[in-house]
Amino acid sequence: MIPEIGEFALIIALFLSAVLALVPMYGAATVNELWMSYAKPLAKGQFLFMLISFICLGYAFSQDDFSVIYVAQHSNSQMPIQFKLSAIWGGHEGSLLLWAFILSGWTLAVSLFSRSLPLDMLARVLSVMGIIATGFISFLLVTSSPFLRYLPSFPEDGADLNPLLQDFGLIVHPPMLYMGYVGFSVAFSFAIAALLSGRLDTAWARWSRSWTNIAWAFLGLGITLGSWWAYYELGWGGWWFWDPVENASLMPWLVGTALVHSLAATEKRGVFKSWTLLLAIFAFSLSLLGTFLVRSGVLTSVHAFASDPERGFFILMLLAITMGGSLTLYAFKAPNVKSESNFSWLSREVLLLVNNVFLTVMAVTVLLGTLYPLLIDALGAGKISVGPPYFNAVFVPIMGTMAVAMGISVAVRWRETSTKVVIDKLWLPAAISILCGLIFPFFYGSGFDFRVFIGISVSLWVISTVITEFIGKFRNAQSFSIKLKQLPFSYYGMMLAHIGVAVTAIGITLVSTYSEERDIRMAKGDSVELAGYQFIFQGTHVVKGPNYVADQATIEVLESGTFVVTLHPEKRRYNVKRNMMTEADIDAGLFRDLYVALGEPLNNGEAWAVRVHYKPYVRWLWLGGILMALGGLLTVADKRYRQSKAEPEDAYV
Amino acid sequence: MLKIKVLIGFILLLSSFLLSAAIDVYQFDDPEKEGRFQKLAFELRCPKCQNQNIADSNAEIAKDLRTKIQQMLIADKSDMEIVDYMVERYGDFVLYEPRVKPQTYLLWYGPALFLVLGLIIIILIIRSRNKTYQQINENESSLSDSESEALHALLKTNQEKK
Repeated sequence: MIPEIGEFALIIALFLSAVLALVPMYGAATVNELWMSYAKPLAKGQFLFMLISFICLGYAFSQDDFSVIYVAQHSNSQMPIQFKLSAIWGGHEGSLLLWAFILSGWTLAVSLFSRSLPLDMLARVLSVMGIIATGFISFLLVTSSPFLRYLPSFPEDGADLNPLLQDFGLIVHPPMLYMGYVGFSVAFSFAIAALLSGRLDTAWARWSRSWTNIAWAFLGLGITLGSWWAYYELGWGGWWFWDPVENASLMPWLVGTALVHSLAATEKRGVFKSWTLLLAIFAFSLSLLGTFLVRSGVLTSVHAFASDPERGFFILMLLAITMGGSLTLYAFKAPNVKSESNFSWLSREVLLLVNNVFLTVMAVTVLLGTLYPLLIDALGAGKISVGPPYFNAVFVPIMGTMAVAMGISVAVRWRETSTKVVIDKLWLPAAISILCGLIFPFFYGSGFDFRVFIGISVSLWVISTVITEFIGKFRNAQSFSIKLKQLPFSYYGMMLAHIGVAVTAIGITLVSTYSEERDIRMAKGDSVELAGYQFIFQGTHVVKGPNYVADQATIEVLESGTFVVTLHPEKRRYNVKRNMMTEADIDAGLFRDLYVALGEPLNNGEAWAVRVHYKPYVRWLWLGGILMALGGLLTVADKRYRQSKAEPEDAYV
Repeated sequence: MLKIKVLIGFILLLSSFLLSAAIDVYQFDDPEKEGRFQKLAFELRCPKCQNQNIADSNAEIAKDLRTKIQQMLIADKSDMEIVDYMVERYGDFVLYEPRVKPQTYLLWYGPALFLVLGLIIIILIIRSRNKTYQQINENESSLSDSESEALHALLKTNQEKK
């Protein structure tokens, strides 16, 4: 009964979103206030029914209702409750339901927090989101309903969730990532509404900017969580694989980063308007493309278990309509959009343009690398692979150069800055960063290393320029604390995000240069030395988990004779599918991780293959990601946005 | 990454041992060779897997290839020879770093080309913009005589009104 209610709620939500897609839009076109005012209640109704649908699926999981196909395929009665619930998005149908549910959540949020938005703008924005919802909910209902039943007879117990997914990572990573993906639909809808209404002023940029920053922050957090999860869960100690699925999330993030910057220029200076619109369209289109690439299975067609041509085709059609429609609209309307102000060669505007070129080229590179094997295959020119060595070779120089521009950009004002001022501000940070970069590898490593020199110099450059500029703000200030409060939140957000980039860059540089790893055979009492740490294998014993049995090893770690930590990596066998799983154990630290994973038992369990990693500064990768996201969120807390929301001029509403 | 794991889950349906990270023990007399072994194993793709290098994959073929690399390294083959051997048997597919040849020119040189194009476009935009604004400024400042007379007259009448 409950699953049927879920399906039925989904159908009602589809109708509501279809009405939302048509009525307020038509009202805005004909200046009919009554029709426009339907937007808000429809958004609320749509959210309500999506919520009901989502809860119904959650209920089916929590009650082990294995007559529901999707539940039977992704759950098992032995699973702990938190994994039963997060298994909602452990597969295709449920992930899509989560996608659509989050979309309705964003729609609701826009309708609630946009009191200062003119009615026609709000009506158009919500309508565009209604169009997207219509597409996705019909996709769910037609090809991927999670509520279908096994009838008349159904399995006694579920097939279990992939053990890799029975983890805290599954609980937090997909919702965060989807919040980001889907959040770009708001930026997209604002762009379309602007094209339709021709209204593209500072106020528009301000509205659009806060939503975009929030979505961008979520996407960044989602990617960061995913990287961390892959690191500890896959047992390989890697944190980024340049896998098509990862690339699919990186592309919208890169374009989103460009959009965040371009929007700042549009808001503050009224420039790059049409470019901002284009970026908003592409950020969302790339989110859809990512969904298509992952869900259709085109990229993993080597062994096409997961692919379903019908589903892939449906998403491809959605993508074609979204991109085709929005770009056509853009082509007709964008030439009318005029920018308002002037700037000189050395101005923040120009540096933001440079930033945008770099980020766009990076996104295009990821797209090129991801799709190239398909392209070559389609042309009948053979099968090739594009992997980490390619992306590293292309990305590192682009990122390095962009970081140099990042440092300059914070020292440069809007409109115009004299070269002398910039040089006066920047020579000291430049000298310090280069010097520290030169010295660092001698102190930390065994000798000079060019990559470390570049990585550290560039990161310190980004940090030191931000700090110099910050200190410079107080030179003429009368009181430190007053000035501290005067600086807008968006300024602090920028500082935090830029420092985050540098922190991540330091992490990448050091972990990829100074990591050490060994695969060795260890019997009881054996020890291995790695990066000054001694790992002593003290044997294994059997432990029982809720739905698995594991061999758990005890490995004691010493550093020059003193005890550091005892690690317990596991080799698990899950009861239902008999999967083997490596559960690594990690001693995490700000400056180094010690990472131990168990391989196969050798000589009938007398000894084990063991992989030990020493990972310096690996935490910095994710710490930087968190700082970037916090920076994005802090910007939204800026007074400007709060004021614009609190203004009582809701004459229309 | 959720999805990579979902996909891996599908492989799992076929073989249940694939999941455990490939941890094997390969002994070398020379630490330099061990380093080369790791690098090669990371840059070669397992020919039968979803998207894994032969270092991480636990599939039979990846094990075989690891052993093969180990043997060739011990036999003092160069990295070049080992890679050539792999390509000869499994095609360009095993290379995570595609070779530079006409089919991959766009892949390798594309990013640099786009970057240069982008920067050129920026320069053109700024130039044309500055020109338009210069023109506007010139137009504004260079009023014809009759126009400035009219302007003066207007200003005067305004002042008298006050």
